[in-house]
Amino acid sequence: MSNEWPLWEVFIRGQHGLSHRHVGSLHAPDAEIAIKNARDVYTRRNEGVSIWVVPSSDIVASAPGDKEPLYEPSNSKVYRHPTFFDIPEEAGPM
Amino acid sequence: MYAQEVKSTGQGVKSLEEMAPDERAFQEKVNAKIKIEPKDWMPEGYRKTLVRQISQHAHSEIVGQLPEGNWISRAPTLERKAILLAKVQDEAGHGLYLYCAAETLGVSRDQMTEQLLAGKAKYSSIFNYPTLTWADIGAIGWLVDGAAIMNQVPLQRCSYGPYSRAMIRICKEESFHQRQGYDIMMKLCAGTAEQKEMAQDALNRWWQPALMMFGPPDGDSVHSAQSMAWGIKQNSNDELRQKFVNETVPQAEYLGLTPPDPDVNWNEDKQGYDYGELDWNEFYEVLKGNGPCNKERLEARQKAWDDGEWFRDGLMAHARKREMRKQAAE
Ligand SMILES: [Fe+2]
Ligand SMILES: [Fe+2]
Repeated sequence: MSNEWPLWEVFIRGQHGLSHRHVGSLHAPDAEIAIKNARDVYTRRNEGVSIWVVPSSDIVASAPGDKEPLYEPSNSKVYRHPTFFDIPEEAGPM
Repeated sequence: MYAQEVKSTGQGVKSLEEMAPDERAFQEKVNAKIKIEPKDWMPEGYRKTLVRQISQHAHSEIVGQLPEGNWISRAPTLERKAILLAKVQDEAGHGLYLYCAAETLGVSRDQMTEQLLAGKAKYSSIFNYPTLTWADIGAIGWLVDGAAIMNQVPLQRCSYGPYSRAMIRICKEESFHQRQGYDIMMKLCAGTAEQKEMAQDALNRWWQPALMMFGPPDGDSVHSAQSMAWGIKQNSNDELRQKFVNETVPQAEYLGLTPPDPDVNWNEDKQGYDYGELDWNEFYEVLKGNGPCNKERLEARQKAWDDGEWFRDGLMAHARKREMRKQAAE
């Protein structure tokens, strides 16, 4: 069995009120040490207020080839955007 | 640069018409400046070139800690010591960002480490020179990190997403490195005659090796064309070297120091400084393993790897045991 430490994906909340954002990955034997390593590797200059770590093997990603079935349908639904509707100026701000 | 000898596997650069549909779609994305991501289709040569370049770059960051680490315990003040520690810790971080970027291409961390320790993977020639005095720490920050910045800024636009993002993080941190080095040089140059002499001596020894960091002259650098077409490389070696000389000469002048090259002169026509021929023989010898510190550097990495084994294995065994206990309790 390989003794290489498993890979973790690191997500950091940069500021209060923002979502966590993926910043990179690192190796660690367990979650607790992954958090400690993430602090050292990704927040040496106050880059964050909260850290998530997730085993990379648990990430499920969409395939690049699925781009069309996934995103094409929304291309034809332009009415989802507010600019689809012309509201006369007389109606006031909307 | 930090990856000075990246052998690419592509033969010549193909035209779009000569490419198979997959490759053509890939090249059109690169041309349109759309980033390539790990799961996207990519030519095998692109993947291999990137693995070599990113791992060489990562190894350089890691081995690069050694010459500076040599002075942490002997820094002249507590403040300088804290600054140098922070700088060297950043370099460890840079190595880690880059290893992760390389891993997205299907090579494992252990494989990369093994290649470095076996002498199969290169790292920058610059880190095979010794740090003899405290002024060398100033010269490294000023010149070596300065040259690194020159090379890394355009790499932020590299076509491969994970490499580009790693470079963006790294570039944010490099400016501190160069400035703390120049600050050391300023202090020494404003000090006693001996201190100033120490600064000049450091410049004398680091000037050529720093200029060689950009890699061989364009005429000898056979792999550039393909790397440029793939958006892995943005500027030629000589172009970046010239830019570096243009920035560095006035900085030396400000310090009252002289680059150790009588051919350094302002050239009005090219609006840049001329500089003399570099000793490329020395460069290739250092890359081959015959520099002043090659042996010492690899031995230090090997020792760190061996001495850390019980610790890495112990933590892994502990993690597995806890996991098993947790499963048994469920
Ligand atoms: Fe660095
Ligand atoms: Fe640096």
